[in-house]
Amino acid sequence: MKSQTIRRWSAIHTWSSLVCTLFLLLLALTGLPLIFHHELEHLLGDAPELREMPAGTPHLDLQQLVLKAEQHRPGEVMQYFGYEEDEPNGVVTIMAATAGTHPDDSHTFMLDARTGEAVAMPAANGGFMMLMLRLHVDMFAGLPGKLLLAFMGVLFIVAIVSGTVLYAPFMRRLRFATVRHDKSRRLRWLDLHNLIGVVTLTWALVVGVTGVISALSDLVIAAWRNDSLAAMVAPYRDAPPLTERAPATQLLKIAEQAAPGMRPDFIAFPGTRFSSEHHYAVFMNGATNLTSHLFTPILIDARTLEVTAVGERPWYMDAMGLSQPLHFGDYGGRPMQILWAVLDGLTIIVLGSGLYLWWGKQRKAREVRA
Amino acid sequence: MSHKSQSTRRIFAWPALIAVLSAAGLFAALLGDGMWDVLAWVGLGVSAGLGLSGFWRR
Repeated sequence: MKSQTIRRWSAIHTWSSLVCTLFLLLLALTGLPLIFHHELEHLLGDAPELREMPAGTPHLDLQQLVLKAEQHRPGEVMQYFGYEEDEPNGVVTIMAATAGTHPDDSHTFMLDARTGEAVAMPAANGGFMMLMLRLHVDMFAGLPGKLLLAFMGVLFIVAIVSGTVLYAPFMRRLRFATVRHDKSRRLRWLDLHNLIGVVTLTWALVVGVTGVISALSDLVIAAWRNDSLAAMVAPYRDAPPLTERAPATQLLKIAEQAAPGMRPDFIAFPGTRFSSEHHYAVFMNGATNLTSHLFTPILIDARTLEVTAVGERPWYMDAMGLSQPLHFGDYGGRPMQILWAVLDGLTIIVLGSGLYLWWGKQRKAREVRA
Repeated sequence: MSHKSQSTRRIFAWPALIAVLSAAGLFAALLGDGMWDVLAWVGLGVSAGLGLSGFWRR
């Protein structure tokens, strides 16, 4: 590589990293507890605890649960019912002032499917884990915050690519994984920066790219509403507003018949962001490991309970679905969570050492000038 | 330190292998549980282990 080319890549690396480093440090630090959010919620007593009941206690039907939810929060309406694999007797319930209310202003709790008893989910409505999540997702700044973080993610990717290009000229005369512990502190950190950066390359790229995709989720969902959902509900364009909703009792059975072999993940009630004004939408997951991250919506007429469309899966919705596990590291058991935390910690070291190396170079340049 | 300059291909041989192992690990756990998870732990473990090994003075 010519020295001018190296200088150019070096400038790209310096500036893309400098701009994104503080944000990336925030993301890496808040991401650390989020890797273990399940465990920490239990530890903090913020996880919903259902009462002990004999195994096989029958569940109430869905409409009974809707009524229980409405009794629990009078004056609010149903937005979503969600299912969690590790709590088969609980139904995550999300309600708000109106069906279209923004998710940040919704209230989340769990209904015991056997009794209809409401159980608080403090972590979903506030507290330490919610603070970490909001700092990580949008810094309490809504869509502009998410877009800013998405842009920082893009800069992070640029920094990774340019850093990899620069790895070659630095390593011309060094064997792989050499760390010069006995030379200056600066050389030691330069070698560590290069080594850790290059061995965590794939992981950092994957977490970076999937983070950007997740940060753009509002846009992806808007695209889905304009494109896929709009086509599915086109016949309802001139339909009068929904006044009476048919009971939710059979929704899961109807959806399972429309998509055999799939499992329900959540139900969106009419008027929410994931449904139309005239439909219940049941979002189904595939049964295999891979397809369990992909969503197929079943649209059910909220008056007649007829299935009016089985949604296709546009590529961008699949990309968003697959981004979740690849960003959170929650798909390979406890050892994977620990590896995720180690790699996150190593990324913090790469960011910090990068800042240190840049600062050292600035100081040296000033001394030379002086 | 050697005084002979290495080729780019040589410089990137180990990093490329580690990158492929990590990618295989990240993908493996998406495909299944059990053995697939173990593959993921090995793939990512190499990357995390080598990163940490830099702090160990030889």
